[in-house]
Amino acid sequence: MGLSNERSEGSALAGRSNTELSGDEPWITTKLDAFVNWGRKNSLWPMPFGTACCAIEFMATAASKYDLARFGMERQAFTPRQADLLICAGRVPFKLAPVLRRIWQQMPQPKWCISMGACASTGGMFDNYAVVQGIDSIIPVDVYVPGCPPRPEGLMYGILMLQKKVENERSSDRSLRHEMEPDPKSQLYIPPSVIDEVSEPFGNSIHQTRSGL
Amino acid sequence: MNNGFTPVVAGRASGGDAAAPATPTSIAHRGGAMNPSADAIRQRFAGVLHRADVVWGETTVIVDRTRVHDVIQWLHDDPSQLYDYLSDVTAVEFRDLEQAVEVVWHLRSLPFRRFLRVKVLLEKGAPLEVPSVWDIYKGADWLERECYDMFGIRFAGHPDLRRLLMWEQYKEGFPLRKDFPLRGRFSRSEQLRQALAANPEARYSKDELSIADAFEDLPADMRQRLGTGERTGE
Repeated sequence: MGLSNERSEGSALAGRSNTELSGDEPWITTKLDAFVNWGRKNSLWPMPFGTACCAIEFMATAASKYDLARFGMERQAFTPRQADLLICAGRVPFKLAPVLRRIWQQMPQPKWCISMGACASTGGMFDNYAVVQGIDSIIPVDVYVPGCPPRPEGLMYGILMLQKKVENERSSDRSLRHEMEPDPKSQLYIPPSVIDEVSEPFGNSIHQTRSGL
Repeated sequence: MNNGFTPVVAGRASGGDAAAPATPTSIAHRGGAMNPSADAIRQRFAGVLHRADVVWGETTVIVDRTRVHDVIQWLHDDPSQLYDYLSDVTAVEFRDLEQAVEVVWHLRSLPFRRFLRVKVLLEKGAPLEVPSVWDIYKGADWLERECYDMFGIRFAGHPDLRRLLMWEQYKEGFPLRKDFPLRGRFSRSEQLRQALAANPEARYSKDELSIADAFEDLPADMRQRLGTGERTGE
């Protein structure tokens, strides 16, 4: 990115008579990607999908002390249609899975997703019959923020990581803005065998068999 | 402004202007003063009360399955009892398969400041069915639905007995039963597939929101606004 605001002498401008510029206006040259990404990363509009205690930390992050507005998130979008960034804060039960999927599909491109906290990322301590074991089996996730719940600094670090990711996107990469379609048969993004493999029981706590009792 | 509403003063029926009771301390595990309602049930319903215990200062009566509705109706209506608040309906299953499944009603009498726990034992092999108390306490609606959802206990006479917490097409069984594995019966991918196949907008029916039922009870101006098709909150 080049930036020039040097005031040229009249004689130096004489050789560039084809320009309309008087020579007083500052001007820049840059790559379109860099310019667009700079705008996008500094005006991410987050949509909070808060279901549990992580949402309390998200509120603290957005409130005056930590002040998410410093990073261009002045406006929280409470409708998915005007949001760029879905922040899923909290555990997602199976009953909510189609709702989260629908909200993600309602968001227009470009869009990103942060999975905030252990429960949203992996199911956390809720390895039971009711809770989705990681929202990345429902929607694509860009940044995972660990913690139970993460402190506001942790969420802000995740957001800054996402901003770096946005900064380095290339418009020539068609896969970025491609709307991922789930497998029509299983309605999943990840093959069912992979989901079963990573969610197999481990450890030696009780109730780890499917037989019950 | 007198709108016909008489506030309930807790304990008024038992002691007049008695001061509010202090929180009791050092309660014995077993024994102690029994709720007088237990004896009243014993006298009013012969042979219906199987057992009465006092545990941690709270009285539990175990009554016959066939008469539990009558007992609760009487506890609710009788001027000497006035159990006007149903705080919970739930069930207990034990790991010992020979032990009976218990269905529990938590009743509270605000006028007498009494608490009574009513239990019914569903012996092994008996159908998991008890009478609904929805006709006595309208608040029993969702409590009984939750109990049905989690334990599979049917409440005969409930107007709309379906799942409350799990979605209606849930096929894996009743999660709080002892034979239910913690992670559910299906694989994770199958659970996800079934959950995602649900239409999120088909979950609430217009009837469930019950604006149609409550229409006549609304204030006149609101009825007029709704009648003209005006919609609020959008």
